[in-house]
Amino acid sequence: MRRLPRARSRGFEPLIERLLLACALVSIGTTAGIILVLAVETVAFLREVPITEFLFGTEWTPLFATPRFGVLPLVAGTVLVSAIAMAVALPMGLLSAIYLSEYAPHGLRRIVKPVLEILAGVPTVVYGYFALLFVTPLLQRLIPDIAGFNALGPGIVMGIMILPLVSSLSEDAMQAVPRGLREGSYALGATRMQTSLRVVVPAAFSGITAACILAASRAIGETMIVAIAAGQQPRLTWNPLVPIETMTAYIVQVSLGDTPQGTLEYRTIFAVGMLLFLGTFLLNLASAWLRERFREEYG
Amino acid sequence: MRGRALDRAFQVLALLVLCLALAALGALIADVWRDGAARLSWDFLTGFPSRRAENAGIWHALTGSIFVIVVTAALAVPIGVGAAIYLEEYGTRSVAARVIEINIANLAAVPSIIYGLLGLGLFVRALAMGRSVLAGASTLALLVLPVIILSTREALRAVPPSIREGSYALGATKWQTVWYQVLPVAMPGILTGTILALSRAIGETAPLITIGALTFVAFAPDGLWSPFTVLPIQIFNWVSRPQPGFQVNAAAAILVLLALLLTMNAAAIWLRDRYQKKLR
Repeated sequence: MRRLPRARSRGFEPLIERLLLACALVSIGTTAGIILVLAVETVAFLREVPITEFLFGTEWTPLFATPRFGVLPLVAGTVLVSAIAMAVALPMGLLSAIYLSEYAPHGLRRIVKPVLEILAGVPTVVYGYFALLFVTPLLQRLIPDIAGFNALGPGIVMGIMILPLVSSLSEDAMQAVPRGLREGSYALGATRMQTSLRVVVPAAFSGITAACILAASRAIGETMIVAIAAGQQPRLTWNPLVPIETMTAYIVQVSLGDTPQGTLEYRTIFAVGMLLFLGTFLLNLASAWLRERFREEYG
Repeated sequence: MRGRALDRAFQVLALLVLCLALAALGALIADVWRDGAARLSWDFLTGFPSRRAENAGIWHALTGSIFVIVVTAALAVPIGVGAAIYLEEYGTRSVAARVIEINIANLAAVPSIIYGLLGLGLFVRALAMGRSVLAGASTLALLVLPVIILSTREALRAVPPSIREGSYALGATKWQTVWYQVLPVAMPGILTGTILALSRAIGETAPLITIGALTFVAFAPDGLWSPFTVLPIQIFNWVSRPQPGFQVNAAAAILVLLALLLTMNAAAIWLRDRYQKKLR
């Protein structure tokens, strides 16, 4: 241990503590700032556009001469791409997690898990490049009438991006299931598959669900992949082969232009942002609640 | 034995799926390498943007990225470490600390583009920083703050309590204990977490586009108030153009970005390994 200098005057310690508290309060300030910035502009937006038109309108053409502000096409685009991403990430992520947790030898798991997590660390703009110039051309060979910009390609790539989130967190949850449950199952003559699917997965269910909800929230907020590869045409459709636009891609589209502050167009991105924030916030809350419950069961 | 065969088949299926996920990573890297490796050259690294794809370079974006990340670190590290020290060493039992804790966990999951809107409303407009390096770095600092706080807390928690008790027993005050005993022990862990958080920030595109970081900046940033662009934005700009020449540029710029990330991650792993050896 190092020798200590003489204790300083008595005022010094409380001062430091207050300074550190101020640092911690920056995080509260961030949340307050997000809500305040979004709320101020959204309220100004809703003063000019009735909330019923915003939430239930089926046309989104804020940049046209006769603007319409129905957000449903953007919401539909977001849900469509996220659903495709989940359709890829859920089965693949869960099977990977089951393999890593129940079948893989310890050494293999220690190598594969970090490699899989690299997928989550790749910048999203790189995934956008991959979706536009690799996956979509590949899909065009399989499905000739798919457009150059579409929901399917970015959806699949987004699924690959959130896969490690599903697999890593699900595997953690499965590892937390007590050994005794597995041993009991084996003692009754069950195979490893039966044990995995009927004992371990149900026991880890709340933890796995929490992982999946978090992945869905990540998909909804993901921006660059869809901004690059999904097109910029808000349309109310479930067809994954045509160009669409998501909420996040719309914010990017407007940000790239030089939109003067205070215009209705400028405020649309905050109104859309507010919707995005509320949606992901509810999902994150649900995920945190489930994780807490899982921890209480086995903690 | 039908059960055994089914079990085997299931195991093979799960392994195949896992290999497919790893193959996707391989395809991603191979695709970018195939498209962009031939474009990499010293001229590409030190060149400036140009209307002709074959003359364009990334010097302005590369220096912009590094400059922004350095300023981000200067803003986020002291605040993040300070907040973590408060939560871990000082206010652990208070209600305020619990509220802050829940809040940080929530912030970590907010989409990055929302931070961009915060930066636009707060730094660019309300605080009148304009579309400057300072505004971009402040936005990214708020974005990485939760990650830095979480990893620093983990590093502080790994410091054995006996070190604190020894320090108190010698008559040290709380802050002396933290500053002279706890922080030096936790430092490698804090550094590792910080580097990983910053490597996430260097790949971020959406928040910086939202605050209006320019894509046509033709010079390296020369101060906190200078307009700027970063590598991911330059990549986005090139990918969005229809000419194939620019897409080759995008692939080459991606390779530079990935190399930068790899270097940062390698540094983090090296630090962690050194730290673990020391503890033994």
